[in-house]
Amino acid sequence: MDEIAVLIGGKAGEGINIAGSVVVRLIAGCGLRAAMYYDYPSLIKGGHNFAVIRGAVKQPYCHREGLDLVLALDQETVRRHQGRLRAGGGVIYDTGRVRGVEGTGLPLDEIVKEEGAPAVTRNMGLIGAFCKTCAIPWETVETVLRRAVPKAVEANLQVAKRGYEAAEMGRPLPTPTAGGAVLPALTGNEAVALGLVEAGLEGYIAYPMTPSSSILHFLAARQEEFGTSVVHPENEISVMLMALGAAYAGRRVAVGTSGGGFCLMTEGFSLAGMAELPVVVVLAQRPGPSTGVPTYSGQGDLLFALSAGQGEFPRPVAAPATLEEAWYWTGALLDLAWRFQTPAVLLTDKNLGEGMYTFHGAPRRPPLPSVRWDGDGDYRRYAPGPDGVSPLADPGTTGVIVKVNSYTHDERGITVEDQATVARMAKKRKEKEKAMAEVLMGYPSVVTTGDPAAKTALLCWGSTAGVCTEAARDLGLRVVRPVVLSPFPTEQFSAALKGAGQVIAVEENLDGQLARLVRAEGHRVDAMVGKYDGRPFFIEDLERRLKEVGA
Amino acid sequence: MTWITDAQNTWCPGCGNFAVQHALKDVFSGLVADEGRRPEEFVLVSGIGCHAKIADYLAVNSFYAIHGRTLPVATGIKLANPDLTAVACAGDGDAYAEGLGHLVFAAKRNTDITAIVHDNRVYGLTTGQYTPTSYTGFKGRSTPAGVKERPFNPVELALASGATFVARAYTRRLDHLREVLRRAILHQGFSFVEVLQICATYNNLTGTYHDQVYELEGHDTADLTAALARAREWDYSDDAPIALGVFYESERDHETWPAMGRVPDHRRQEVIRGVLEERR
Repeated sequence: MDEIAVLIGGKAGEGINIAGSVVVRLIAGCGLRAAMYYDYPSLIKGGHNFAVIRGAVKQPYCHREGLDLVLALDQETVRRHQGRLRAGGGVIYDTGRVRGVEGTGLPLDEIVKEEGAPAVTRNMGLIGAFCKTCAIPWETVETVLRRAVPKAVEANLQVAKRGYEAAEMGRPLPTPTAGGAVLPALTGNEAVALGLVEAGLEGYIAYPMTPSSSILHFLAARQEEFGTSVVHPENEISVMLMALGAAYAGRRVAVGTSGGGFCLMTEGFSLAGMAELPVVVVLAQRPGPSTGVPTYSGQGDLLFALSAGQGEFPRPVAAPATLEEAWYWTGALLDLAWRFQTPAVLLTDKNLGEGMYTFHGAPRRPPLPSVRWDGDGDYRRYAPGPDGVSPLADPGTTGVIVKVNSYTHDERGITVEDQATVARMAKKRKEKEKAMAEVLMGYPSVVTTGDPAAKTALLCWGSTAGVCTEAARDLGLRVVRPVVLSPFPTEQFSAALKGAGQVIAVEENLDGQLARLVRAEGHRVDAMVGKYDGRPFFIEDLERRLKEVGA
Repeated sequence: MTWITDAQNTWCPGCGNFAVQHALKDVFSGLVADEGRRPEEFVLVSGIGCHAKIADYLAVNSFYAIHGRTLPVATGIKLANPDLTAVACAGDGDAYAEGLGHLVFAAKRNTDITAIVHDNRVYGLTTGQYTPTSYTGFKGRSTPAGVKERPFNPVELALASGATFVARAYTRRLDHLREVLRRAILHQGFSFVEVLQICATYNNLTGTYHDQVYELEGHDTADLTAALARAREWDYSDDAPIALGVFYESERDHETWPAMGRVPDHRRQEVIRGVLEERR
């Protein structure tokens, strides 16, 4: 086997997310690549939480139905997931709370008591036993736990050691490729945050909303060292307007939310389009409509992002599939928003944002500086410039008056209603969109994976790329995925789809929103495989569905 | 230095907005003359409505925003660049209807911005509907039978929300208006100025204000209880005396962002590398 799948489950409040991330880092610490899916309902204590970690020689970006090890803090975990065990799989469990199971049992309450450790360290007992089962050397366990455990490190280590000593060696981890480096492990939201910081973010403004909140928490905790100020205002309306005020005053700012929050932001989003103010919106999707299923994932907001806000204005929209793309495109969108003075949207989702993955480093972006005023003559905020882009000066600059306006305005920023100016300024905004599309030709705006010559092409976007790519590998298909969804990368997309006889859209929504967009661009889409239960596709599941539609 | 643009002024003759525009112009130029302020440091934020055209008419930096949202914009500007002086002009529809929540939070947050509410107690640009401060019984185009609701008392509301500078002025007392606006802008923290003004077309209350207004004297602006008592004298409907002047002034901490570019790029890269190292 060149992969391992581990599930750890228990109640909310028992440290399942932390335990999952520790397993990711243990697997990564052995030179393997890993992906974690974290499943939790919208409650704080109780319920059933679980994390699935897939470790492999090559980077995984999705999960299978089959599991090799189930780590159970409670009976519910066994009840729900034992049936997913593959041949040779096993259960590691708390003997105090799980009955009627074969496997490695640990009296976790007693262990924790004997070690004088907090009850929440029970998860470390299971992790210790997992490490021994998988023949992870104790030195690696200790190194990783010292880095990965947020507090009470010694107590956690003692409990892990007890679990380690109690278990038998059973199923070693896959052997990593020779020279495989130990990669850092991040969540998608952390990759977004770090990508923003690396690209020069000076302010992050957000109101908490799952699944975007961990960007807010991550940046708030590190605002001093990053030099990125963080504000949490009264609501998303204020978030967007504060961001536009800060952008007007010369700062590079971003905001983050989910669908419901973005609804409130659309008023300011449209203002950004008219006033030509840059801002990056991280829109982390969850299933809607309305409050929907807050802690689960979906791809139902593509058409919303593409059309949010009244009126017509340019907006780059990009949907990354991996940590590396998330990091790269947050930076690219900051660059694009500031170069073209318009709002931008990074479309992510819960599975990418709250999932954890080993990180391979993001490629460098092409340089794209903003257009600054050269100080010559009278300053006019909306003066004609290259590609419809007016040179920027910040308010406070000596001898300069900077007027921005939500009304249609003239070059100075003063309200006008005459036909000629109304039409001229509308065209100015359109010109920026055309120029943006040309600039994006130099970016990896469309990604092709699988067999590029295959007659059947899967069409997908965002975090479903991983499962589509693995299914395509098994079934001999091509995968065509636009990362940039606005302005639509027509040429790159047509080239990627060339020669495809059958096109099947795979999306985590009901209608096939990318399919609809692609059809509007004049392409054919023959079938749609949708998923709209909040959970990601398993590989087996997707392959079955693809065969049903004749792939 | 000219403070007025060449944009054509379209306010109705007799509109109270002229007084606010000229008072603000005088206050800005006065601050440049006596306080060494730079004209370029002033940023005017306006909402939507007749008042908001002030952004087109005053030759200063301006952010002509959207209805109800002046205060978050002004807050963003001030947080991002504390060297700027942000003055937000809003109408009563802006400040008390569409954007009421922002007013309460701006007062709570105490960011160093000045909110001026052009309160003519009627919607002008949408042609004569009642606002949150219209008197009970006001017959507007959306309430032809007369408003049954009680008006907000914005002075009381601002005091209750924690504003650290709360004042009321009247456009026909121009010297007093100038003095109040100057003090509001100089105040460190959130300043709230409710400006009573008539709408010459839809709500001409010149007679009411002429009969009822008086300027506060011997009032202790550090005494919140006294300020609330003065604020409650007139309920925006009855014929009680209407106090003008500074009701309350105090100091309280507020946040600003550190100066721009304080963490150089190479240092950020090091910090990012450090985070990645921790995650191995």
